[in-house]
Amino acid sequence: MTQDADRRLILPSYRRDDVDAHPPLLSPGYRSTVARAPRQPLTYLPQRLTEITGPLLGEGRIGELDHDLTRQHDGEPLGQRIIVHGRVLDGDGRAVPHTLVEIWQANAAGRYRHAADTWPAPLDPNFTGVGRALTDADGRYHFVTVQPGAYPWRNHDNAWRPAHIHFSLFGRAFTQRLVTQMYFPGDPLFFQDPIFNSVRDERARQRMVARYDHTTTRPEWALAYEFDIVLRGREATVFEDEDDDE
Amino acid sequence: MSESLGVTPAQTVGPYLHIGLTWADGAYVVPEGTPGAFWLRGRIVDGTGAAVADAMVESWQADPDGRFDHPDDPRGARRSTIPGFRGFGRAATDSEGRYALHTVKPGPLPTFDGDTEAPHLTLSVFGRGLLHRLVTRVYFPDEAANATDPVLSTVDPRRRDTLLASPDTDGFRFDIRLQGEHETVFFAV
Repeated sequence: MTQDADRRLILPSYRRDDVDAHPPLLSPGYRSTVARAPRQPLTYLPQRLTEITGPLLGEGRIGELDHDLTRQHDGEPLGQRIIVHGRVLDGDGRAVPHTLVEIWQANAAGRYRHAADTWPAPLDPNFTGVGRALTDADGRYHFVTVQPGAYPWRNHDNAWRPAHIHFSLFGRAFTQRLVTQMYFPGDPLFFQDPIFNSVRDERARQRMVARYDHTTTRPEWALAYEFDIVLRGREATVFEDEDDDE
Repeated sequence: MSESLGVTPAQTVGPYLHIGLTWADGAYVVPEGTPGAFWLRGRIVDGTGAAVADAMVESWQADPDGRFDHPDDPRGARRSTIPGFRGFGRAATDSEGRYALHTVKPGPLPTFDGDTEAPHLTLSVFGRGLLHRLVTRVYFPDEAANATDPVLSTVDPRRRDTLLASPDTDGFRFDIRLQGEHETVFFAV
């Protein structure tokens, strides 16, 4: 701490994402973006107190079985049981500990438990499709669920969404908030999916694809997938550069 | 230093966001009955003027003393004097595109260069058709500090009023126009 800290606020700052890191808001192949994407350029917002802080949620929000989507009802859901685990990291590879991870997904037949999902695939009375977990001190999270099915939608002719699990993350600052989707390796539906392909950079797209993890796969019980999520990292501050004489 | 790991790209929450993201108490930044609390209400419309019925807003703000219960605030984390103050709210839109958050007015904030930020909330908007969240700010009418707010002053004067809430029967109103005429100012953070 410098004496200046008494008079001047020295704030951490988070790196701004590369242009290609996220999908362009207007991605006409995904038709819903056409009337919803803003047409004016975004206004640059310096990161101030409101942006470098954020909700540190979780305590009291996680039930005992929230991480296990196969044990939230009287019976087990149908489908391929899977473990989905990984770490929440920042861009420097540092763990993001004790942060809330929320997931939601379709059931094994590709149907969501939602009034607006009316395609003729069966609901599963033993599957809600929602999970929550807090990362541990090393940024690790762990869910047990079933492999979600693919499902059709009306975006284009014979359109099908590749199987995916929605992920919502807070990190520790408003600037780190991220909602994404986790996909499964080798999905044959990637080529025609405008949401997956809205991310223009191939390497960035691959960051949304989980890795099959045979080491964590439990014999005679469940396949495992590993999915690490990377939130933006912090810039070193000028003050740290100048005063850090470690 | 550069980012040694690439960030995970954003994707839309899709139309079924309610399964995973809505909380029974989501709208309550402060508990019911909190002195000075009000409803911040608004409607989200798209570029055709149609209601956006499958979106969600999230809010984040300081408490009325301008403090955050967060370790990265260089003034120190401080729990709000308001019992149950969460600073955070989330509310999905209804079939007419309306959302509502129950909160209190935040205090002004100091900046790193000695200025003062006028009272504001920051909002994230998620929805089907939004491949990444949209970020905007809600300012309050009749705040003298608005005139010198370092963020408002960088916004095109013709569009500044899109960031101002207006008085409403039980609080304030803040409509969000995703696209087109009177498009809300959205920020890159």
